[in-house]
Amino acid sequence: MGTNIPVVKAILQANEAVAAENRAAFDAAGLLVVNLMSAPGAGKTSLILTTLERLPDALRVGVIEGDIASTLDAERIAARGIPVVQINTGGACHLDAPMIRSALAHLPLAALDLLFIENVGNLICPAEFDLGAHLNVVIASVPEGHDKPYKYPGMFQKADAIVLNKADLLELLDFDLAAFRHGLEILRPDPRLFIVSCRTGQGVDAWVQWLMEQRRARSPSANAT
Amino acid sequence: MHELAITQGILSVVLEAAEAAGARRVLAVDLIVGALTGYVDDSIRFYFDLLSRGTLAEGAALRIRREPGEGCCQACGARFPVEPPLTPVCPLCGSPQIQVEGGTRCLVERIEVEDGNEHPGGEGDPSGQ
Repeated sequence: MGTNIPVVKAILQANEAVAAENRAAFDAAGLLVVNLMSAPGAGKTSLILTTLERLPDALRVGVIEGDIASTLDAERIAARGIPVVQINTGGACHLDAPMIRSALAHLPLAALDLLFIENVGNLICPAEFDLGAHLNVVIASVPEGHDKPYKYPGMFQKADAIVLNKADLLELLDFDLAAFRHGLEILRPDPRLFIVSCRTGQGVDAWVQWLMEQRRARSPSANAT
Repeated sequence: MHELAITQGILSVVLEAAEAAGARRVLAVDLIVGALTGYVDDSIRFYFDLLSRGTLAEGAALRIRREPGEGCCQACGARFPVEPPLTPVCPLCGSPQIQVEGGTRCLVERIEVEDGNEHPGGEGDPSGQ
């Protein structure tokens, strides 16, 4: 018979320690960091590109792109003249805090106001790995169906905001918006839901306005931008 | 493949605790996995067997306790366990006024070890065997 040793330690404590360091670095640089998570193809890169078009010119934005392989998304961002760092996870299906820490060395943090982290497309693992971002945003899209909050509750439970993209398809597909919203409400009272179409621009202004409010709330001196 | 990274986390917590206790071998690991995380027990076992080879935890039994989320009905006050896929209404009274909490923890609760010859240098260490 062996000896029992109580442990009671979170499995990802090492990641969480690095995430706290990242958050401290972001706070010291006075920038707002937003972690964008979704299934593959929901529109993370499209949302970033559409948002960039609508942010005030004076706002300095950077992007960290997470992908299993390839630099396609990073190239789309860099084409806009935005500082971007590509992280290729080499097969891992999520970003973790140490990957973000490594990427920070390649970004001019002090010269940024807002940093988007585009996580790897996946509705399971990214929810578990705190990156040190201030806001976790989940992007769902109409073609995925309205049952996603019911099937992947962990991800939606941790979302500070949910962006439902491809809303221009609502009239074509059997997406039950009330059921989707109810799934979010079960997991989080009064969820912040933005119904947008990156293709048509519908609803994007409300999302951008919310982002700017979040930035102002964290940085009182940011009123100029 | 989602379970690879968290299983690495499990193993590192287990080995740290085992080494701190001066254990010779880990016999069993008690694990709590939140049902709302979407992690699959069999995959955790598969990766644990693979990753633990050549370590103190090789061959350890993995005892996984799935911790459901807790549903609470605002209409009838019922409390009920919740696993994905969530139901949109209270299973007792059918009201849609429900809230789900918890079910997202992942932690190593306890390990069972075979003691080493020497106890770790704790205070009041008994005088050997």
